[in-house]
Amino acid sequence: MSNPGNLKYTATHEWVKTEADGTITVGITQHAQELLGDMVFVESPEVGRKLKAAEECAVVESVKAAADIYAPVAGVVTAFNGELTNEPEKINADPYGAWLFKMKPDNAADVAGLMDATAYQAHVDSEAH
Amino acid sequence: MGAKMIDFGGWDMPLHYGSQLEEHQQVRTDAGMFDVSHMRVVDLQGDGVRDFLRYLLANNVDKLQSTGRALYSCMLNPEGGVIDDLIVYFINEKMFRLVVNAGTADKDIAWMKEQAAAHAPKLEIKPRTDLAMIAIQGPKAAEKLWQAMPGLKNLAGDLKPFTAVNMGTMFAARTGYTGEDGFEIMLPAQAAAFFWEALSKAGVKPIGLGARDTLRLEAGMNLYGHDMDETISPLEAGLAWTVDLKSERDFIGKAALLAKPATRKLVGLVLQDRGVMRDHQVVKTSNGDGEITSGSFSPSLNLSIALARIPNAVQIGDIVQVSVRDKLLNAKVVKYPFVRNGKGLV
Repeated sequence: MSNPGNLKYTATHEWVKTEADGTITVGITQHAQELLGDMVFVESPEVGRKLKAAEECAVVESVKAAADIYAPVAGVVTAFNGELTNEPEKINADPYGAWLFKMKPDNAADVAGLMDATAYQAHVDSEAH
Repeated sequence: MGAKMIDFGGWDMPLHYGSQLEEHQQVRTDAGMFDVSHMRVVDLQGDGVRDFLRYLLANNVDKLQSTGRALYSCMLNPEGGVIDDLIVYFINEKMFRLVVNAGTADKDIAWMKEQAAAHAPKLEIKPRTDLAMIAIQGPKAAEKLWQAMPGLKNLAGDLKPFTAVNMGTMFAARTGYTGEDGFEIMLPAQAAAFFWEALSKAGVKPIGLGARDTLRLEAGMNLYGHDMDETISPLEAGLAWTVDLKSERDFIGKAALLAKPATRKLVGLVLQDRGVMRDHQVVKTSNGDGEITSGSFSPSLNLSIALARIPNAVQIGDIVQVSVRDKLLNAKVVKYPFVRNGKGLV
């Protein structure tokens, strides 16, 4: 599965989608779900929580390991995906559909500064070596 | 086969072939196969092999009186710590077969040779690196094994749990590491690929190390290096049942075990809150701290389970707190195994 071209990416393997209303939707990439394997538990951030860029804000746990999820940019949490509480395996089945949380960025320009799909793929390839 | 490979004690091993959860369920409900050729087979041959093993092992090989009987035992150091845990098979009075862990095999063999030099110098200690080992496990393991190798049924069809049959170049044991029925088959390495293919055609699915670990944890079976090691007494690792302290027999580590009664014990934990317990997390109890020795998610029970070493005074049914990342979560102390023959027990 290739990384969608309409998304932005972080070095810590989150994907970011800018919505029409200026909020962003955050999930984990195909590469991240593949590394972690079967998901069994998701701990989402609280709605209203203010986050700094790169702040730890959620946890996804697979059978194998726990992984921190970081805020891609500074902002406020506006929603989390409650479906994942009972069906964390949706992240494995559809990593770009099973979003974790939404945020309102403090500064929209911060999102533009994240990696595009090509740069992210290069980052993944470099980590593999 | 699309396997995700990892380095495991110098061996390239499949962590999973797709989904670890699906592989786990495959073994609990049907049949799966594991390439466990990394485990080392060691044959001990010669006069006096039984006497040597009576001294070398914490369990008593005198429990093995008929050909093919198997015994699980620890091999201890003089301080009473566990050098390794192993299975010993009685073949005849001049030959016993041991199966030891991969990561400890070289150390084990060096220890056995050192002890043999002092106590049984004529004994031959033969590592069988020419043998591969494939485990077939699950409620349909037997049925599918006979389908793959029809000739085997006559020889191994009547094997009771924890017994084996030696067929010359092939060796079939009704043993395993999953809590399900099944077999561990040793055979010449060059025949392993053919055997694997035959099992695959019979519908036995390959299972990786990831599911091997959740299966054994649910079955309440110890993992060397996690639940015990050279610094841990078997009496504090849930293995008192494998240590024969009643007979007059002396064995390496016995004096140390008798001199130092256990103050901690291995118990099962079932997490009451959401999250996953992991190895080395601290367990807080009203009688002092303990530690998770093996923690994971149980695919069969759909919650987190663990083995933990905690103070003796803690009772089954007590609620303890586990330090999971930055939180203290509640866990219930239970007897293990957690799952046996496909059924949850906790």
